[in-house]
Amino acid sequence: MTVPSVDQGVDTKVDRVPGARREALYFALRNKKLVGGLTVVLLFLVLAVVGPMLTAHGPREYVGPPMQPPSSEYWFGTTTFGQDVFAQFVYGLRATFRVGILGGGLTAIIGMFVGFTAGYRGGLVDETLNMITNVVLVLPVLAVLLIISAYLRVRSVEVQALIIGLFSWPWVARAIRAQTFSLRSRDFVDLARLSGVPTRRIIFGEIAPNMASYLFMVFILLFGGAVLFAATLDFIGLGPTEGISLGLMLNNSVKWSALQLGMSWWFIPPGIGITAIVGAFYIMNVGLDEVFNPKLREM
Amino acid sequence: MRRYFGRKFLIYALTFFVAVTINFMIPRLMPGDPVRSMVARAGMQTPEAAATMQEYYTRIFGLDVPIWQQYLNFWAALLRGDLGISIWLFPQPVTGVIMRAVPYTLALLIPAILLSWFAGNKFGAFAARRKWLDNTILPVGYVLTATPYMWLAILLAWALGIIAGIFPIAGGYSFSLAPTLSWTFVGSLLAHWFLPFVSLFLVFFGGWAIGMRNMIIYELEADYSHYLQALGAPQRLVRKYAFRNAALPQITGLALQLGVIVAGAVVTEIVFSYPGLGHLILKAIENQDFFLLQGAFLFIVIGVLLANFIIDIVYVLVDPRTRTGMGGGSA
Amino acid sequence: MSKVSLRVAGLKVHYRTLRGDVKALDDVTFAVADGETMGLAGESGCGKTTLGKSLIRLDGRMRHVDGTVELDDEELPIGDTARMNDFRFREVFIIPQYAMSAMNPTRKIGKMTKELLESRGVRFETVRTELKRRLELVGLAHDVLDRYPIELSGGMKQRMVMVLSTLLNPSLLVADEVTSALDVSTQRAVAETLVDFRDRGFVRSMIVITHDVSLVYQIADSIMVMYAGKLAEKAPTDVIVDSPRHPYTQLLISSLPEVGVKYADKRLTGIPGSPPSLLDPPAGCRFRDRCPLAFDKCSEEPPFVEVEHGHYVACWKA
Repeated sequence: MTVPSVDQGVDTKVDRVPGARREALYFALRNKKLVGGLTVVLLFLVLAVVGPMLTAHGPREYVGPPMQPPSSEYWFGTTTFGQDVFAQFVYGLRATFRVGILGGGLTAIIGMFVGFTAGYRGGLVDETLNMITNVVLVLPVLAVLLIISAYLRVRSVEVQALIIGLFSWPWVARAIRAQTFSLRSRDFVDLARLSGVPTRRIIFGEIAPNMASYLFMVFILLFGGAVLFAATLDFIGLGPTEGISLGLMLNNSVKWSALQLGMSWWFIPPGIGITAIVGAFYIMNVGLDEVFNPKLREM
Repeated sequence: MRRYFGRKFLIYALTFFVAVTINFMIPRLMPGDPVRSMVARAGMQTPEAAATMQEYYTRIFGLDVPIWQQYLNFWAALLRGDLGISIWLFPQPVTGVIMRAVPYTLALLIPAILLSWFAGNKFGAFAARRKWLDNTILPVGYVLTATPYMWLAILLAWALGIIAGIFPIAGGYSFSLAPTLSWTFVGSLLAHWFLPFVSLFLVFFGGWAIGMRNMIIYELEADYSHYLQALGAPQRLVRKYAFRNAALPQITGLALQLGVIVAGAVVTEIVFSYPGLGHLILKAIENQDFFLLQGAFLFIVIGVLLANFIIDIVYVLVDPRTRTGMGGGSA
Repeated sequence: MSKVSLRVAGLKVHYRTLRGDVKALDDVTFAVADGETMGLAGESGCGKTTLGKSLIRLDGRMRHVDGTVELDDEELPIGDTARMNDFRFREVFIIPQYAMSAMNPTRKIGKMTKELLESRGVRFETVRTELKRRLELVGLAHDVLDRYPIELSGGMKQRMVMVLSTLLNPSLLVADEVTSALDVSTQRAVAETLVDFRDRGFVRSMIVITHDVSLVYQIADSIMVMYAGKLAEKAPTDVIVDSPRHPYTQLLISSLPEVGVKYADKRLTGIPGSPPSLLDPPAGCRFRDRCPLAFDKCSEEPPFVEVEHGHYVACWKA
């Protein structure tokens, strides 16, 4: 549902002059949504990097008395089994960023590859890729993830990211295909083709840079999507078999009746973590849209 | 128009084929003997039960025949509506188990999708270009879409179920009641339905509101809007047209979001132990009941394909451009 | 041609940008007589489109800074977009550059027209006959009203928009680059339709904005030339073409290959140099840097004065 915000507004960036980049930076620094979103993301990133150094024990170790509310010793309290919720939270943040970057990155790469190829080559290649895209598009991603994950004996963040990447690329491919179509008829691409530059070089040398800001915004949306998908999988019980993640924390808290026992410190932090990171990314995306798309600037 | 539907139909048929093939391939691609590990993991109490099961699954999987024949048998069984026997609820057939759960899921999903779509679009259109609303309420919308479905469900269950104690938070109806057509029972159904519904509604709502807000800003800047304004048309008419045109991509958006929406329903049902497909999926995973899981997978795929088809029809009805054969709707 | 229809005095319109105000229209004063068709020419970015928009509807970033616009001795509240609604369509109207996409793609044309008219308090029934008569006049069948815009060709859409725009017989019509998207033969037809509409009294006065001087030459009574947000010259058409006084107009006309041939935008940029930035325009004559005749006096701003009857120029050498 957040997809449409990047669907339009690409062609304004084409044919940019050197001054335009400085101008974009100027607007970027003055955009409250962008700066605010970035601040929140960085805050959590720092917590994910530094947090584990602040706790002496691992996320799954049984370290203290069970079911303790937050205290000076256990900042976020402990679980039913006496695990430190703060340790779980900061390690879980790491998993969240990892799955977001890997899953979002992989989705973006596959989507770009398919989209560029289809849009640039056209013809039969396009027809075939388009058919595949449409099939994967209507296939409900979660259901496929479910069926694959369920059969895996060992699950890790990396494997999760891989399956997410393999099944959520279609809309990226479609958007990029459309953009490539409109770009490939421009003069500068024709010029490159006439001077005998290979296709791959044209795509990465001429077309991709013109879509750079757009691709960046796509990646942001994919990051959010991958994080939410991973959390959903974890929650259903198909999370990583080793280590911890924010989704797994939610899964455990519900499984061990944290709700009925009133242990709100167990299920509130992981939810806040996911919501804040993904939400901050989405709001950053709106900010970026305003920066890159002058039509929206003055509003 | 015939070409449009023909193409759609081809895509859906292919998708169904791919889904069934995935369903067939996955267990066979995994290392080890699927039958033995399944029976072992099912942890049956008595050796006789384990033996019956072992025999049954070996026959079902038919691992002794060539792979192409296994594949054909798989399709044959599927077309007879035979999805195998559930392990968790042994020896009930999977099809029956799922059919009992589907009404609950639909009762949650259909009202949540439709109401959130209408309300979210109306609200998004209303907020767009009204500076104050745009700046205060849209961030809220973004936070709502960024909220994991299960977390919002957990918070609602905790706040309204545990702390305030207004709504029950587990099951499809009170455990003390037997399903009858009485007011007490219907009341109990509604009370159990409410929280999962609200939870889904809220997250969907945020997404539609944002989508519409972003679409309508472009529509209000479109040439036809400027033309109407230059003709002195009241803002009401301009917005009405812009809304109508912005709603079209939102219909396509609904089709694109179906996968995510289903995911939301699954986890929400899990939080509230609501006896729909999501709850079955959780039980299937907990009990290593792969037949049930694969059956649920197929039902979800079929449901999503049907929903896509309905959306296609609606789209043709509301967008004149597809009817006049000039294209317009995206594939 | 004696009674004045439109009178613009000291009009200043700025574009707001984060880097400051772009002074797109600076102290523009002119008049259009009743029944006059005035061509408005100049390079892109000279302010001609801004002037056209100012008379109808300022867009979100435009700000009315100073000056007045009077139509038939009544002042137009051009800075107040809500009050301006009373005048739009009935009194002033623009035929936009984007006629191809001006109609709502998802409404049948007839239904859109009806909704539009009724939103302006005009009963559709009262104009239905007139609407059909005018459709015939431009060669459109009645059944276009039952069609969607996408079913019409470019030329048909253009004619439909012209009929729609003039339906309430506005006093002043602003046609903004109406022909730039069309091929040559259609251009001529559109120009002729405009003249025909005026002759039949559907509109009283017209301002035809274009970069194509040859088109204006065919249909306009007078031509006004703008440069960098200011007026350069205004005179009856044959005077402008045969004996222009302003050096910019002279260059513009001399680069015209021959009347009747389409005049491409490139020709205009053929004049060496480019217009000054309107963010912070230099003092004095704005054409100074490109002007072959520039001399010391040009550092003072030349007034826009009447040098002959109906011939106004802003140049010290004129």
